[in-house]
Amino acid sequence: MSGPAPRGVPALHMHRVTVRLGEATVLQDVSFELADGCFLAVVGPNGAGKSTLVKVALGLVTPQSGHAALFGVDAGAGPERIGYVPQLKTFDRSFPATALELVATGLRRRWPVRVTAAEREQARAALSRVGAEHLGRRQLARLSGGELQRAYLARALARRPQLVLLDEPATGVDFLAEHDLYDLLEVYQRDTGATVVMVTHDLAAARYHADRVLVLNRQVHGFGPPDEVLCEPCLERAFGHLGHHHALAL
Amino acid sequence: MSLVDALHLAFLQRALAAGVLIAVMAGLLGVFVVQRRLSFLGAGLAHAAFGGMGLGAFVIVSSGLLASGVGLLHHPLWIAAPFSLLAALGIAWVREHTALSSDTAIGVFFAVSVALGVLFFSIIPPDVNLGLSLMDLLFGSILAVTRPDLIAIAVVAVLAVAFLLGWWGRLGYATFDDELARIDGVRTRLLEYALFACAALVITVSSVVVGIILMAAYLVIPAASARLLARSLAQMTVLSVLLAVLSTVVGLALSYLVDVPSGSTIVLVQAALFVLAAVASRR
Repeated sequence: MSGPAPRGVPALHMHRVTVRLGEATVLQDVSFELADGCFLAVVGPNGAGKSTLVKVALGLVTPQSGHAALFGVDAGAGPERIGYVPQLKTFDRSFPATALELVATGLRRRWPVRVTAAEREQARAALSRVGAEHLGRRQLARLSGGELQRAYLARALARRPQLVLLDEPATGVDFLAEHDLYDLLEVYQRDTGATVVMVTHDLAAARYHADRVLVLNRQVHGFGPPDEVLCEPCLERAFGHLGHHHALAL
Repeated sequence: MSLVDALHLAFLQRALAAGVLIAVMAGLLGVFVVQRRLSFLGAGLAHAAFGGMGLGAFVIVSSGLLASGVGLLHHPLWIAAPFSLLAALGIAWVREHTALSSDTAIGVFFAVSVALGVLFFSIIPPDVNLGLSLMDLLFGSILAVTRPDLIAIAVVAVLAVAFLLGWWGRLGYATFDDELARIDGVRTRLLEYALFACAALVITVSSVVVGIILMAAYLVIPAASARLLARSLAQMTVLSVLLAVLSTVVGLALSYLVDVPSGSTIVLVQAALFVLAAVASRR
């Protein structure tokens, strides 16, 4: 799969996806279709399978049954169209690397021996877009949580992906930076027509920024516009008694 | 005889050539071993080589191969290499398929290999001459490198360097973040098995010269020193190889001049360079 996907093809399609890890059923019979160019927020309690859903879309987890596709192609087959920001940054802090090199991996899809002039230009532009141009030559180990998040976001957006997947991007980020992040995503989506899928615990952010919300707790408890889905019945099905409190807070 | 004059001696030339080849391999491999927190792997696979040598010696003696005219088959290396390879792939498999940590997996294979080596070497009659002694195996005999040893080292060096340099970008990416690399199409599982197999061959063929006890140092110290000074993985790789080669050449020269064992002198030079790197990195 190379080159941009034709417009109009669903950005993300899941049909009866079931994932079991050991004895636990993490996702059960998950089906939904996300149109190209939408901003989807995935919400649900801890352990709901939100991160697993993202990993199925990325091809990192193979469902026991069901099917997932991105732009009409099997999940995992077209990495060049995807930008991904993981929740946990699992790299070894002793790994010698600068933010610029991290962004360059998003362009080259290999670790760079030397960042070329063209890559440096693109990487700087990507860092600048997320307000992190000054971080380019800094070692990753010396970046704060918020700075690291910006570097990973720059990496995800550097190749101008058609689909951006973010797993709890506000983790470790302060309040102001969190809202900058959502604004950045909106601007990127508006400028490029890309699809954004964001896992979040922030229901208010989901209501404000997303076109569609998926309420998940192993199964789909709601999928649609925020005003329809972020309602007490849906939230109670997913969150249990806490759903009532979440609904009141919105 | 001066050092310059001594360099005309064939045994010293072979020792230098073997030492430099081993340093290049270990320097390159050590970068990924250190960054993947597999520093115990060097000791583990070196001891797997010991077990393989024991098995190889037993097979050669008991099968009558020692009496055959084929010189190459007299050396246990041709059995030790596949044995170490199996041990390495076994460690990689246990890491992938069980909840055991890397050091536990390595520790299990380490212990079993040592036990097998002791068992097989104890069965071989003491008057049998295999052309290698237990002491040399444990502590190294770089000055006793033969032409066949050097050929074996050179062959493995070509294969190892080709793999490590040819796949450096993928190895670096997978070492940094396995998940991100997998998303971008790097076959990280296959790469890990290949890296472990490469380590097994490098360590086995190098242990014959450097010694099993000191092999781990070759793999870890130059790369660790390089890490203290480098700002990028590429810098770390270049520095690791340079430090490994420098310590080998200086160590060999010093051991000749002072008349002390070469293997341990090389490791002590590596340690001194590590201390210098640690001091320099704090400035």
